[in-house]
Amino acid sequence: MPQKIRVIHYLNQFFGGLGGEEEAGAEPSWFDGPRGPGALLDELTPELEVVATIVAGDNYMAEHLTEGTERILALIEQHTPADRGVELELLLAGPAFNAGRYGMACGALCQAVQSRLGIRALTALYPENPAVANYRREVAMLRAGDDVMGMREALEGMARVGLKLVRGEPILPVEDGTIPRGIRQNYFSVSTGAERAIDMLMRKLSGADFETEYAMPVFDRVTPAPAIEDMGSATVALVTSGGIVPRGNPDRIEAASASRFGEYPLEGLDRLTAETHQSVHGGYDPTYANADPNRVLPLDVMRDLEREGRIGRLHPLYYATVGNATSVRRARRFGEEIAALLVNEGVQAVIFTST
Amino acid sequence: MVKELERAGMPTAHICSIVPISKTVGANRIVPSVAIPHPLGDPAKTAEEESAIRRALVEKALIALETDIAEQRVFD
Amino acid sequence: MPVTLSLRKSMVRSLALGDATTLARGELTLDARALANELEAQDERIATVEVHTTLPGESTRVVCAKDVVQPRLKVDGTDPGAGTTYLMENLAVVTCGPIVGFQEGIIDMSGPGAAYTPFSELALVVIELRVVDGLRPHEHEATVRHAGLRAAEHTARRCVEFAADEEEEIHWDEFPADAGLPRIAYVDMLLSQGLLHDTYVLGENARDGLPLVMDPRVVIDTGIVSGNCVSACDKNTTFHHQNNPLIAKLLSGHGKRWNLVGVVLTNEPTRLAEKEASAARAVDLVRGLGAHGAIVTKEGFGNPDADLMMITRGLEQAGIKAVAMTDEYAGTDGGSQSLADTTPEADAIVSTGNANQRVRLPAMQKVIGPLPDITRLAGGYPGSLHEDGSMEVELQAIVGSTNQLGFGRLSCRES
Repeated sequence: MPQKIRVIHYLNQFFGGLGGEEEAGAEPSWFDGPRGPGALLDELTPELEVVATIVAGDNYMAEHLTEGTERILALIEQHTPADRGVELELLLAGPAFNAGRYGMACGALCQAVQSRLGIRALTALYPENPAVANYRREVAMLRAGDDVMGMREALEGMARVGLKLVRGEPILPVEDGTIPRGIRQNYFSVSTGAERAIDMLMRKLSGADFETEYAMPVFDRVTPAPAIEDMGSATVALVTSGGIVPRGNPDRIEAASASRFGEYPLEGLDRLTAETHQSVHGGYDPTYANADPNRVLPLDVMRDLEREGRIGRLHPLYYATVGNATSVRRARRFGEEIAALLVNEGVQAVIFTST
Repeated sequence: MVKELERAGMPTAHICSIVPISKTVGANRIVPSVAIPHPLGDPAKTAEEESAIRRALVEKALIALETDIAEQRVFD
Repeated sequence: MPVTLSLRKSMVRSLALGDATTLARGELTLDARALANELEAQDERIATVEVHTTLPGESTRVVCAKDVVQPRLKVDGTDPGAGTTYLMENLAVVTCGPIVGFQEGIIDMSGPGAAYTPFSELALVVIELRVVDGLRPHEHEATVRHAGLRAAEHTARRCVEFAADEEEEIHWDEFPADAGLPRIAYVDMLLSQGLLHDTYVLGENARDGLPLVMDPRVVIDTGIVSGNCVSACDKNTTFHHQNNPLIAKLLSGHGKRWNLVGVVLTNEPTRLAEKEASAARAVDLVRGLGAHGAIVTKEGFGNPDADLMMITRGLEQAGIKAVAMTDEYAGTDGGSQSLADTTPEADAIVSTGNANQRVRLPAMQKVIGPLPDITRLAGGYPGSLHEDGSMEVELQAIVGSTNQLGFGRLSCRES
């Protein structure tokens, strides 16, 4: 009976069973055996055994990424000393789906574990998760859906690809369901380049599908807009993805995957208060924002600066949405629409706050 | 969203906690904030201290808006 | 008057040195001394010639290889692309010797390196040349180039009297425009950037007079000779030109699956304005041929990527569907940007491999050529040669490993 592959599972505070956003500051801790989805992972794959789970809060890791990663490495080394003969072969992190902070922690941890401990590592992310762009080069990533509905499928995929990694088998995006890493790998085709070129041209000419062997890189960078020369006479607007809306959420902006943004008045207001405004963002602990919404949308400071003449004037309308698992396409649309509205009203610069 | 505002010709300062995400997403003028749940505040401080922190961050954002840049820059 | 090119072929099955040059039932015996004498006599710039042979499967490594030439001889007629040409299959002449520039290559006849070069499958006559002292690099290169061509011709001349095995007629007839077949052109970019970066078209330097339209049969009838030693991996040796796999395939399907309307030879200038001019003219020539689609190949890497992109963009903008074939320089980890230049129109690329991939080559029992020079080969690097004779090199150092005419099966994919 072949030995089971020993796996450490990394989870955030929520999936690790510590709690919700209020536990997002949790420092890394070690638990023997599987927790939360780790139990399902264990069950799905007889070849793997989740021997331990490491849980850390998303905020803790986001704000102390280096330190947090070091602490986790130390935990691993501490619990698996060489002389005890317990050899770890694989670290599975997540799945983090489209959660940005969680994804970044998974990516950083996988990278560190690979390079520093020589253990194979794998995470599972939704392709638009910002962590993908940051870590895909170094870290293998299974392509996951954008929410927890895809948990079972993601766990199955992680087990499957994780085993391949441990066995040293090549991982290919199409076959294995992984996110392309932007790493070019040589291989011997069954046909010569000349044959493939003619074949590709014939397909192209006939309008049939063909696949290029090298996709041109796409660089979506925006040229920086010119700086404001005379801020003292400029109109500045506030926009936030932190979900700060008038109390009662009149536009019913969703706590996640927001389908709209809101346009709200600032006229006559000197500051935001707990009575007048609230946070509807589901992706962070709203306690502090609710107590004082200026912590996310700094109206009070903007008014001071306006009075002092540091800025010409604050645009009387602000725009808000919830930047929690928002798809790139939707975010782009929001941005385009808000931009048009602002430009139309003569706004010259924007301060954009995110949580 | 920040990119679209910039594309429309308005310099935009992005005050955010997770700078690497902001960079990846392509914001040009980035100002690191205090923390995720309270980017422009700190409940551990007094109200006056908080105001000062908030003011400092917004002023940094203004400086970012007043600075000509050729590529992404973090203003901290 | 229709032009036909006949190829009269002898198959070589074995190769050995002997007192006279004979070919019987595929067994080639080569009189090395006669060959060496002829080469030395014909060019006083040659100091010494050593003739070696090696066969597929042997534990042999050829280093500092400069060009590879298939032995051929015009037996009827004088014009390339017409008449009858005698050639020897499964055999090639390789020139090697002390480094002229830093980019000549390695051929391993067995082991892991053999899979990366087509020449490990041929019987090779290796001419190791030393030139007289005081030769300038230009002359050194020319000496070696001419010697290779002469050696190849000498071998063919000594063998032509023996019965050939096969005769093939290469046709390229005009097809009516409304035959319903797609019209395809082939744009063949040739390196033309100075010493060790030159190519010769019908004896003229490719720097001048290109682009032009050429009969594909002229191209493969030794119409193009390589004078360059850019990265062994993507240098088109004379052998590659003689056996251009795209032309061979395009000719075989001509009139059946497509209409090959012509080959446009173009160059790779060093100045931007000249690149743009050559690219524009090449596109014009393809348009003039009435092509629906075109395949574009290049030679070398780096700035020629820009030429490739210009031509591809020009073709697509002219409504001609283009496929570009190129190798990649994506770094040893495969993580760097593969091409020096890109363009959104280049949406159909065939990759012939990442030239930066490292391979570990074991020691070989026999080494032909000056071994210590290996560290100066592109793709070799100081320290890559171990004391036991094994070495780590990038594919860049292996002759033909990422050939951009699509000779081999090496490709590259996203992982």
